Amino acid sequence: MAEAESATAESKQLPILPFLRLGEKDGEDSYLFGSRCKSCGATYLGDRMACSKCCSTDPMDDVRLSDRGELHVFSIVHQSAPGVPTPYVAAIVDLPEGVSVRCNIEGVEPDPKNLEFGMPVEMYTEKVHTDDDGNEIIAFKFRPVNNN
Amino acid sequence: MRDVAIVGVSMIKFGRYPEKAVQELGAQAALLALKDAGVTMNDIELMASGNLYQASAMIGQRILKEIGQTGIPVINVSNACATGSTAFREAYVAVASGQYDAALAVGSEQMGKMGLLGGGGGGGISPEGIVGSGLMPAVFGQAGVEHMRKYGTTQEHFAKIAVKNHKHSMANPYAQYQIETSLEDVMNARVVAWPNTLYMCCPTGDGAAAAVLMSMEKAKQYTTKPIKVAASVLTSDPWTERDLTLPDVSTLTRNASKQAYEEAGLGADDLNVVELHDCFATAELLHYENLGLCADGEAGRMIDEGETSIGGRIPVAPSGGLLSKGHPLGATGVANICEVVWHLRGQAGARQVEGAKVGLAHVIGLGSACTINVLQA
Ligand SMILES: [Zn+2]
Repeated sequence: MAEAESATAESKQLPILPFLRLGEKDGEDSYLFGSRCKSCGATYLGDRMACSKCCSTDPMDDVRLSDRGELHVFSIVHQSAPGVPTPYVAAIVDLPEGVSVRCNIEGVEPDPKNLEFGMPVEMYTEKVHTDDDGNEIIAFKFRPVNNN
Repeated sequence: MRDVAIVGVSMIKFGRYPEKAVQELGAQAALLALKDAGVTMNDIELMASGNLYQASAMIGQRILKEIGQTGIPVINVSNACATGSTAFREAYVAVASGQYDAALAVGSEQMGKMGLLGGGGGGGISPEGIVGSGLMPAVFGQAGVEHMRKYGTTQEHFAKIAVKNHKHSMANPYAQYQIETSLEDVMNARVVAWPNTLYMCCPTGDGAAAAVLMSMEKAKQYTTKPIKVAASVLTSDPWTERDLTLPDVSTLTRNASKQAYEEAGLGADDLNVVELHDCFATAELLHYENLGLCADGEAGRMIDEGETSIGGRIPVAPSGGLLSKGHPLGATGVANICEVVWHLRGQAGARQVEGAKVGLAHVIGLGSACTINVLQA
C-alpha cells in the first residue's frame, strides 16, 4: 500500500477501472455503473457502443449498479503474476441489475470454508496506489455483509 | 466441400529448447510430417502456420526458409490456445474447398519461462489481484467451482483427472513430464488457484507439431490408411450471462461439438478416443459434459468410475493431456490431432486405445475460440 497522501489541487482521484464512478464531491458515494440495452435488456459494466447479445446499436440506458450483490463463484489464488500479493479471494459477484463483476473478496481469511455460494456481499472503495503524478488510484472491493 | 484426409503427422517432444529458434522447432516437425506422408515440400500447395507469442514474426515463412521456399501461399494464424488447431482448420478448408490438393499445417511455440501468468499491466497499475483475477489459473479455478456449485463436484474429482492423465503420460515419450502421481500427491501439492493444485495445472514449454492434409482422392495415392477429417469446426464465444466477466468455456464447446457431430454424421457414442483441452484439471471435467461424453452433472461419476482411463468406456487424454504432455500454445492443437491420428492408425505404442476407429480433438483458446476436429480411420 502506498503512503497516505491526500489529493491536492493538481492531483486527483482516479478509478482503477472505467466502470467505477467516483463521488465528485465530499460525501457523495462512489458506485459501479453499467449500460442496459433498450432492445433486449442485457446489462453491461461501463459504457458500450453496441449490444453483444442482440447486436442493437441504439444508445443504451445508463444504470447505477447496486453496492450489494451475491457471491457466484470464487477461487483462492496462491500463485500470481510478479508483484501481486497472495493468497487472496478472486471472485465473481452477481449484482441484482443482471450483470456480474469480477472482484476481490476482502474481510475473510482466504479459505474456501469461509465462502458460501450466494452469500451477500457489499462493495466498498479504497485507495490502492498513488501514481507518478500524485493521483490517487481508487479500487472497488467486496466484503461479506454483516447480517444484523 | 469435398472429403479431406490426413496423410502425415508428427510432433517433437514438448519441453524446453532455449538453444533453438522457434522456426527450427516448426521446421523439425514439418519435415517429420512430410516424411510420414511420403511427400516433400514440392508437393505442398499451401501452408498454415500457428504461433502465438511471435505472431507478428511471419513464423510460417521462417519455417519455409528452413525447409523449402517454394513460393506457396502461407497463412500465419494466432488464436490464443486454439492457434495450432485453427491453422489446421485453415489448411483443411483450403483443401476441402477444392482450391488446393495438398496443404501443410504447422503449430510451433517457444514460451521460455514466461508461462500463463505473463507480466503485470502496462503503464500505471494493473487491476490484477486488486479487482479479482483475469489470469488463466483463477478463471479455470472459478469455472471448476461453478461445477461444484451446480452439482456438488469435489476437489477430489478434479484431482482424479490429474492422476489419470499423469498415469497415461508414462507411456508417451513425447510428453514433457512423465511423472506418476498418487491422489495424495495431487491433493497435497501446493495450491495454484483453488481448487487446482500444481499437478492440476499444465506446464509451460516449447514444442511443435505438424500435419499434411490432402484431398481424399489424392491421399489414396500416398497411403492405404488415410485418416478422414469427418468434421472440422471453429466457434467463438456467443453472448452468455457472465461471459464478459468469467469467460464461459462451455457454451462455445457445446456449440462446436453439436456442429461437429452433425457435420460428421456421428455422435459422442461413436467416439473411441478423445484428446481435449485439459489446461487445468477442472477444464477436463467440464468438457466431458460439453462434448456429450456424459449427461450434465455426470462428469464426477465418470472420473470416479474410470470411464475416461485407457481401457475405460471412452479414453480421454491417452497422451497424458496438456497436464503432462505440455502446452506450447501454438503447437497444442496440432499435437492433439497428431495423437488422435496415431491411435486411429494403431501407432500409439503402449498407450494405444485398442481398435480406435473414430477420435475427437478439442481445443479452447480463451477469449474465446473452440476447435473440434472429428477424425475417422
Ligand atoms: Zn441487446
